[in-house]
Amino acid sequence: MADAHSPSGTRWIWNVFWLLLIVTGVEVALGIIKPAVLLGEVAGTTILNLIFIGLTLVKAGYIVQYFMHLKYEDATFRTSIYLPVLILIPYLTFITLYEGVKVFGY
Amino acid sequence: MKAEYGKMMMWYFLISDALTFSGFLTAYGFMRFANEKTWPIAEDVFTHFPGISGEQPLLYVALMTFILIMSSVTMVLAVNAGHERKQGAVGWWMIATIVGGFIFLGSQAWEWYHFIVGDKGAIELADGRVLKVAEAESGEVLSLSQLVHGAAGHASNHHETFTMSEVAAAFAANEDVVLQSPGKGHEQLSRAESVAALRGADVVQGANMKRNEYGQKQFANFFFFITGFHGFHVFSGVILNIIVFYNALLGTYERRKSYLMVEKVGLYWHFVDLVWVFVFTFFYLV
Repeated sequence: MADAHSPSGTRWIWNVFWLLLIVTGVEVALGIIKPAVLLGEVAGTTILNLIFIGLTLVKAGYIVQYFMHLKYEDATFRTSIYLPVLILIPYLTFITLYEGVKVFGY
Repeated sequence: MKAEYGKMMMWYFLISDALTFSGFLTAYGFMRFANEKTWPIAEDVFTHFPGISGEQPLLYVALMTFILIMSSVTMVLAVNAGHERKQGAVGWWMIATIVGGFIFLGSQAWEWYHFIVGDKGAIELADGRVLKVAEAESGEVLSLSQLVHGAAGHASNHHETFTMSEVAAAFAANEDVVLQSPGKGHEQLSRAESVAALRGADVVQGANMKRNEYGQKQFANFFFFITGFHGFHVFSGVILNIIVFYNALLGTYERRKSYLMVEKVGLYWHFVDLVWVFVFTFFYLV
């Protein structure tokens, strides 16, 4: 199986752990400090919120690829998992949030 | 597709579960966008940390996130030990994962308890809006305890319940306080509007499925539903982990010459962590 390519030892696990911990730490620090520079409005939200969402996707990517081992699975299998998620969730998010703003009455 | 059947099916189950959770979170976003002015700001709501007094926004959920990430790491270590066919190491890492799961569930119970008991209390107007009592100039929210008892009051109500008549009397006596929206912008009513609004109003303390002191009614419903559904996933994950741990001890996987079951349950456990990463962002940070 594709497992042959997966990293051996436990060092990579701790590397991912530190990365997740540091990213979470940065998120919490930003959430508490709320730097005024980052509170400008972009695309209907603040820059800070976009940073939070970006960092969340980074964390999600590392969990899925390394902890859930998806990076080392067969390419067809990988696609069959990524495709529905990456199409349906952004679509669902777009239509519900767009409608939410409309209901608010802009 | 080169993937073992059970593992593949676990992945497809997780995809459907991911869509369920994204349904919940986008529904939350929809309601929040539609009610921005009255939607509570999470950092005004979740401010407690055990053993530390005062307002500590985000710290407690950060700790919960750390606990879950940590238990995800011990799960990967268990899967890793399984690949190397080390029965004892699998057992120990599974125990660590199970303990992490229980600590997370306990933390969640603690947070629910404080959410349900409430903090500063609020006033529900006759038209259904829930507003906080605040100092007109600084905009600082006062607890009902501080409003009624003045300087002797606590920043948190500490289980003391207040009636509308004592709150209304204290409100009338203190010229500096007004009613303030809990949502984005913290809009205030004028003093005259505030006094007029108190007619037919009621005190709200704590939270339940019908109303809550934090603001918009749906906020508490979404809190209970999303964190509750996630907590139920964590609970099921702990049960699955215990079963796998027990089988590892019995030597079931040693006889099968494969620890694939640890890997499959591990996928579910990481997914629980993954969902929490999103709940943390969309419920507490954004």
